[in-house]
Amino acid sequence: MSILLSSGTIQLQADVLVIGGGPAGTWAAITAASQGAKVILADKGYCGSSGATAPSGTGVWYVKPDQQLREEAKASRYEMGGRLAEHRWMDRVLDRTYENMNRLGHAGYPFPMDDDGNLHKRGLQGPEYMRLMRKLVKKAGVKILDHSPALELLVDEHGVGGASGVQTQTGDAWTVHAGAVVIATGGCAFLSKALGCNVLTGDGYLLAAETGAQLSGMEFSNAYAICPTFSSVTKTAYYSYASFYYEDGTPVEGAGSKRGRSVIARKLLEGRQVYAKLDLAPEEIKPLLRVNQTNFFLPFDRRGIDPFTDLFPVTLRLEGTVRGTGGIRITDESCATSVPGLYAAGDAATRELICGGFTGGGSHNAAWAMSSGSFAGEGAAAYVKKLGGHAADRQLQSVSTSVISSTASASPSRTEEIVQAVQEEVAPYDRNLFRTEQGLKNSLQRLDGLWKDQRNQVVERSANGVKAREAAAMTATARWMYNSALARTETRGMHKREDFPTLDAGQHYRLISGGLDQVWVKPEAVQEAPEKKEVILP
Amino acid sequence: MIEVVSESRCVSCNQCVSVCPTNVFDRGDDGIPVIARQDECQTCFMCELYCPVDALYVAPDSEKVIGISEQEAEHLLGGYREKVGWGKGRTPVASHDYMYRISKFASF
Repeated sequence: MSILLSSGTIQLQADVLVIGGGPAGTWAAITAASQGAKVILADKGYCGSSGATAPSGTGVWYVKPDQQLREEAKASRYEMGGRLAEHRWMDRVLDRTYENMNRLGHAGYPFPMDDDGNLHKRGLQGPEYMRLMRKLVKKAGVKILDHSPALELLVDEHGVGGASGVQTQTGDAWTVHAGAVVIATGGCAFLSKALGCNVLTGDGYLLAAETGAQLSGMEFSNAYAICPTFSSVTKTAYYSYASFYYEDGTPVEGAGSKRGRSVIARKLLEGRQVYAKLDLAPEEIKPLLRVNQTNFFLPFDRRGIDPFTDLFPVTLRLEGTVRGTGGIRITDESCATSVPGLYAAGDAATRELICGGFTGGGSHNAAWAMSSGSFAGEGAAAYVKKLGGHAADRQLQSVSTSVISSTASASPSRTEEIVQAVQEEVAPYDRNLFRTEQGLKNSLQRLDGLWKDQRNQVVERSANGVKAREAAAMTATARWMYNSALARTETRGMHKREDFPTLDAGQHYRLISGGLDQVWVKPEAVQEAPEKKEVILP
Repeated sequence: MIEVVSESRCVSCNQCVSVCPTNVFDRGDDGIPVIARQDECQTCFMCELYCPVDALYVAPDSEKVIGISEQEAEHLLGGYREKVGWGKGRTPVASHDYMYRISKFASF
């Protein structure tokens, strides 16, 4: 890696550039490095604390390689996901997750012990996990660029060959030329302040689409988490122990953390505040709950609320595609995209392959992040080997829809207006959670206008410029979401159409999408499970 | 949101400046970090965990500044880091037996 420092610019050369330093990005980086690739990882914030995983605890889809256990694990969410998952992918993600979790144990992750003295590996504490991942990334010889958001991808006629951006703490521009780029920038939660999610603004979707890559499953983008109104802690799992009430203590009929979430949304839409209390938690498990999700209790403790006995007001906070399943379309087992040299992993990529149109919790996402991250790292490293020594003398150009410049930028107040305008389309429950043809069309008309306003805008290499790009990414994400939602005239997975409230067997396909000025959507067949044939002995 | 940087506790390591995912802090001229962009705080509590001397306090309110003073927050400083089990002589909560016990009742 050569470093040329000339008046605030950093020029680097690598085999593989990983954009994003959460679970998927770090697994991609260490896996590519283990294949002998020179790797650079650029994170928008700080690799180790950035993203949805670091501040949380998460379950992991870790299932021992026992055929019956595996079949049960695959079946558990297959129907909820609208039968869009593929068995081949579920199998390989279960295999790789098992392998990677065991590697974490060897690397020193402090797993608890079960009754038989074996390590219990069905969950990860985010701070511990991501601190360890940063350590492993460094140990693998990967160069980390913290606080270094990417603003544009660089391409030539052979495909993607690098990226450039800005270091927000120094103002220095950075450019990395690399044989392959892995997008691991997470999903898009539209700056809703869901826990750890404000760095997740769909940046990678836009970067990928600007090179011509496609998306998939963007209709599965309306995840909302139950959350105290005052708090950022979006951990819905514990609300399975909650009852929901009005202010006067009368129960909200039908409200619940799973299927009853819509009831909560409708009450909130009516302007009625809903309250929760975890009064269904059996006494003996309360101390266990406190330890299992330490951060869940933090806001309550600091406010002097006992969530097991006190009512507290709740809202549904948008988690968008972070806990949705849509993202960049994967075209093969190496997590390649349709553009040569470009790979996608984690929440930035579609997760439909393992959970269809519904995740129901973090464990699939966590498994997907570590598996797809290592698939992409291997894939990118192998691709670079095939490229040979040509990477250095490529003539690369930006394909950004913004004009990335060293001067003048969209004004911060205009950027803020755009962000608010996009949030007004994607946050309201009657637009995104409960979808209708007319509502989606109305939103799209406004979103298309916002996109046109931002097209070819000058974006400065600065923190303000980064915000302008985030606004563009959120606008583009909302357009892929709603065009896909419009095309799916049924209710499947998390995608709910008020005007088509049931599942239509005729729409058993994924929806892929893409395009920037003109957004397109088209169906893609789901690979069916191989028929189980009875072996007939001759 | 982040509300308190305790000058009396701070050792000017500037870890918080590095680890904050949304770049809320700036290095101060005197070495003590300043909360330069409070509205960017996403209330993720990561800075508290990484502060080696428990000099930071993130109020649980993500939507508005409540204006808690260092004195008022004094008894709360370091509480989260202690629960997570980070710091000398502590055992990480990740290895706590309850992480396993809970799996007998529910899976999260």
